[in-house]
Amino acid sequence: MTATANAIPTQAAEATSVGDVVLDVQDLSVAFPTEEGLVKAVSNLSYQARLGRTLAIVGESGSGKSVSSMAVLGLHNPKRTQITGSIKLDGIELVGAPQSTFQKIRSTKAAMVFQDPQSALHPFHKIGKQIAEAYLAHNKVSKAVAEKRAIEMLDLVGIPNPKRRALQFPHEFSGGMRQRAMIALGLVNNPKLLIADEPTTALDVTVQAQILDLVNDLQKEFGSAVILITHDLAVVAETADDIVVMYAGRGVEKGDAKEVLAQPSHPYTYGLLQSLPSHSEDLTELKAIQGSPPSLLNLPPGCSFHPRCDFKSQVPGDACWTELPEWRPTPGLANRQIRCHLTDPVGTLQEDEGVR
Amino acid sequence: MLTYILRRVALALSVILATLVSTFLLFFAGPSDPAQAMCPETRCNPARLEQITKSLGLDKPLSQQFLEYFKGLFVGRDFTYAGDTVHCGAPCLGYSFSTRQSVNTELFTRFPNTVVLALMAAVVFVTVGVTLGIIAAIRRGTPADRGIIGSSQTFGAIPYYVLALLVALYPVVLWNILPQYAPISAGVGPYFLGMLAPALILGLYTSTSYTRYTRNSMLETLSMDYIRTARSKGIPERTVLVKHGFRAAMSPIVTILGLDIAALLTGTLITEQIFGVDGIGRRTLAAFRAQDLPVIMGSVLIGAAVVVIMNLVVDIAYSFIDPRVRLQ
Repeated sequence: MTATANAIPTQAAEATSVGDVVLDVQDLSVAFPTEEGLVKAVSNLSYQARLGRTLAIVGESGSGKSVSSMAVLGLHNPKRTQITGSIKLDGIELVGAPQSTFQKIRSTKAAMVFQDPQSALHPFHKIGKQIAEAYLAHNKVSKAVAEKRAIEMLDLVGIPNPKRRALQFPHEFSGGMRQRAMIALGLVNNPKLLIADEPTTALDVTVQAQILDLVNDLQKEFGSAVILITHDLAVVAETADDIVVMYAGRGVEKGDAKEVLAQPSHPYTYGLLQSLPSHSEDLTELKAIQGSPPSLLNLPPGCSFHPRCDFKSQVPGDACWTELPEWRPTPGLANRQIRCHLTDPVGTLQEDEGVR
Repeated sequence: MLTYILRRVALALSVILATLVSTFLLFFAGPSDPAQAMCPETRCNPARLEQITKSLGLDKPLSQQFLEYFKGLFVGRDFTYAGDTVHCGAPCLGYSFSTRQSVNTELFTRFPNTVVLALMAAVVFVTVGVTLGIIAAIRRGTPADRGIIGSSQTFGAIPYYVLALLVALYPVVLWNILPQYAPISAGVGPYFLGMLAPALILGLYTSTSYTRYTRNSMLETLSMDYIRTARSKGIPERTVLVKHGFRAAMSPIVTILGLDIAALLTGTLITEQIFGVDGIGRRTLAAFRAQDLPVIMGSVLIGAAVVVIMNLVVDIAYSFIDPRVRLQ
């Protein structure tokens, strides 16, 4: 772990109004040393989350989506993780920060809703107490006040009869109710940033929409920033404002969520969208991206995606094999950035879609 | 809850009955002849052998012998010996073949010694084992962890009777650092001091496995998602470990603890034998040597009852620790 810039929390630049940057991640790399070598889970990732907006981080399993956001809350074991770059949460530098700093910002400035509420809630503690505990940790109030606050939060996330429910254990809740309780726990200290790590993956399809609506409604009410980690592009289309597409630990395309889904400009994003089943076409086979994600122990040289890319032949020379593409604005599109060597990515991908 | 307890009691009684029947049958299935064991070698002849067999009631059919024994347990029975009739009140465990003493007296005066030894040892192995296990788990991968696990494995790999003999020999008998066993009649102080050596060695030896159970259980618990959730709340790490980790990690330990205590209560045989503790294990061993059926049956009965009761206690304790467990 290297402490770049300043390890001392600075009080500057607190985000207060909609559109302000709450989380500024710059050049973040997260690696885990193992016996087989260094697992580079996240490499040189940069993104920003703004108040009142939802940022979707999209990618396959193992693309570094969760790893990068767990670094924000300092949930990696510092002894077994190498983190470099910069994570500025509400003006506080978190890379290299001591545990005491993380303890202060957890739940108050940034909170996380985890994928599987069944395993993320403690089976031995009552729901109300689990929520009250987070409130008590940061507010000098009595237990009774904290428990009342927990009941209010349960009410807020739409749990009927919250007073009685607060006294129940997680196993007495349904899956959707548990995730609502997780969200109540996440919001109890009114954080500026809520990270939802695949919040709907473990839930029934019918419940998924309810949970997403809830997150959206609460975001409007609280005006907080939301980072939505998902591999579900339908979820992104419905809820996200901004998007970062990740591949093998790196961002490959970022921009406005709806625009990116409507017109992808990176071959990987394009492949992801092509692989979605469509209602209009009569398909016998899904158009999957060929191959599988690379090992994070041993990333391919050049562009990590080149072994699976259908368009590498259209790049002159051997740039795809030898040269890591840097971020650049997509030619012809405003407000869009990609890491790709294609000279005219938009045209190339449109041409391909026409052929198919 | 009430139906649950009633069902468990019925189950317990049938387990104890089955244990008694099988002990009885196994005793007679083996090459056992208590009369032969009691017949003085120098003056033993067939007539005398027959007389002893008859006086012990061993000439009657097996089923009748068992029914009489069973009757004695619930309503008491009469014994006739050399013309005198002695009434043995319920629960009557009979009279020892070899000592002619009431088995009730023989066993129930010794059982408290075993209980004291077992509980003192349990206090030692729970405190030492769980503490070291937690430290090893929290300091995973550090020299502290490796030291604890390495020494506990080395210590645990030595045969128990060798360790117990060494302790009995050096600190107790030769160096007089630790006092020798004294019966309760010698006073409460000397009694408990005398229990120290056997309880310590039994406890420390058993603690090695508790260190490993606890470390594994704690590590497994600390890798759970709900521990990550607890950390993400911004509570102190100590609270995460104690309130969220420790309690969950202890629930499997409670099961093992209950069964281990039951096993110790049924007789800490090697320890009692080596340190001369006048407990139930030692008495049972002597009964096996003398083919003393009533004493064997009595200690099997106590052992079965202890195991069955501890199982029930574990299940009830579990329902208090883990709210997901319902007693039904």
